[in-house]
Amino acid sequence: MSTLWLGTRKGLFALRADARRRTWKLAGPQFLGHIIHHVVQDPRAPRTVLMAAKTGHLGPTVFRSGDRGRTWREAAQPPAFPRAADGESGRAVERVFWLTPGHASEAGVWYAGSTPAGLFRSADGGERWEPVAGFNDHPMRPKWVLNGTPDGEFAHSILVDPRDPKHLYIGISVGGVFESTDGGTNWAPLNEGVAADFLPDPNAPFGHDPHCIAQHPANPDRLYQQNHCGIYRIDRPGRRWERIGAAMPKKVGDIGFPIVLHHTDPDTAWVLPMDGQTVWPRTSIDGRPAVYRTRDAGRSWQRLDRGLPRARAWFTVLRQAMCADREARTGLYFGTTGGDVWASTNAGDSWRCLARHLPEIYSVTLAS
Amino acid sequence: MSCTVRIASPLHSYTAGASRIDGRGATLGEVLGDLEQRFPGIRFRMIDEQDRIRPHMRLFINTEEARDLAAPVRGGDTVHVICALSGG
Repeated sequence: MSTLWLGTRKGLFALRADARRRTWKLAGPQFLGHIIHHVVQDPRAPRTVLMAAKTGHLGPTVFRSGDRGRTWREAAQPPAFPRAADGESGRAVERVFWLTPGHASEAGVWYAGSTPAGLFRSADGGERWEPVAGFNDHPMRPKWVLNGTPDGEFAHSILVDPRDPKHLYIGISVGGVFESTDGGTNWAPLNEGVAADFLPDPNAPFGHDPHCIAQHPANPDRLYQQNHCGIYRIDRPGRRWERIGAAMPKKVGDIGFPIVLHHTDPDTAWVLPMDGQTVWPRTSIDGRPAVYRTRDAGRSWQRLDRGLPRARAWFTVLRQAMCADREARTGLYFGTTGGDVWASTNAGDSWRCLARHLPEIYSVTLAS
Repeated sequence: MSCTVRIASPLHSYTAGASRIDGRGATLGEVLGDLEQRFPGIRFRMIDEQDRIRPHMRLFINTEEARDLAAPVRGGDTVHVICALSGG
C-alpha cells in the first residue's frame, strides 16, 4: 500500500491507496495548525519518517516517527546554528525546510536544509542535529547566499550521490547549486550555463535561484534542475548546465518549482510550468494547468493535461509538492496551493483529483 | 525564587496540558532553564539558539514585558508565556 504524505501550512495529512492505486483514503490531520514543510520516509528503515515543522508562534523543529507516522516524537536537539560570540549577532534557524536521508551505507545519517540557508547533519536518525560548518561557515557564504526571496533564503535539494556518501549537492534560493566531494567540508559553485535574469552579470558564478534539483538514481551523473530562470540538465563530470527548457512551447515558458524524474529512465522527467511573465503571478498559465513530460532528456516536451481543469484553475505547485512512484506504470502526484491533490497512474497521460479543500500544500512525498 | 509560569496553549503539548506551572529561578533565563529540565524541548520553541525571544512569543513578568533573558524574577512573580499574533 502506498502512502502520500501531505505536508500543509496547517498540518499533516495522508492519502493511503489500495494495491492498484484506485482508491485513496484521506487520513489526518495530525499536528493540526503546524506548518509542515517536508515529510520524508527513510528508505533504509521504512518505519522511520521525519517531518520538518514549526507553528506560527513556535520555533522550528523536527519530529520523528518509528512506526510509519502513527506516533511522533520531537528531536532532542533540533537543527540550530552555533551560539555567536559575545557581542556578535548570530544566525537562528527560522524554518527547517528540507530533509534528505543520508547514503544507503550510512544508517541513521540525515541532512536538513534551513532558512536562513544552512545545512545540518544528524548521525542518529534525526534525534540530534549538528551544523555543517563547511557550508554554513564557508568564507564565501556571505557572497554566495543572497537574501533574495520574500520568505528569506532556502537551503533545499540536498542530494547524496548513491555511489559516494561524501559527494553532495545543495541548492540555495537564492545562491545557486553547490557541490562537495568531501562530505561537506569544502564546497564549490556549480552554476555555469544557468541564467540569472535578476543579476547584472550574465556569467555570474553564483547567486542563481535553483527551485528544485534532482539527481537520477540510476545515472547519478545526470542532474536536472528547475530554476527560477529555466529548466536545465547537466551530465557530469561536465560543469555546464544546458537549458533544456528552451524546447518548451514559447507561450508556456520554462518557469516552475518542481521537477520529477523517472526512477529508471534517465531521459524521462516531468515539470509543472507556472506563469513567470511580467510581475510573476506564479500561477497556472492562463488558468489552464498542465504537466509537461520529456522522454528524450529535454530535447522535446509533451503537454499532459487530460483530466486536469480546462480553465479557471489558478493554482501553484511548490517545489516539494510533486513526486513520482516506482511502479511499472509510473504514478505521479502533486498538491496545489489551493489544497487539491492530483494523481496520474499512467505517467501523466491522464489525471484525477484525489482530495480537495486541504490547506495550502507544501510537500507531497511517497512512503511504502 | 519560586514563581508561577502561565503557559500558552501552543506549548501545552510539552506540559501535558498544564497551563499553570510552578517555576524556579532568579532571572527569566533561569526560569526557562528550569522549565526545559522538566519539559524537554519547550525552551527552543520560545527562545532561539542566540538566546533571543522568538518573534511571535511575548514574555511578561507580572505586567512588564521582558525583552531578554536577564530580566529579574522575584519570589511570587508570575511569568506569562504568551503567543502573540502570528498571521493567518
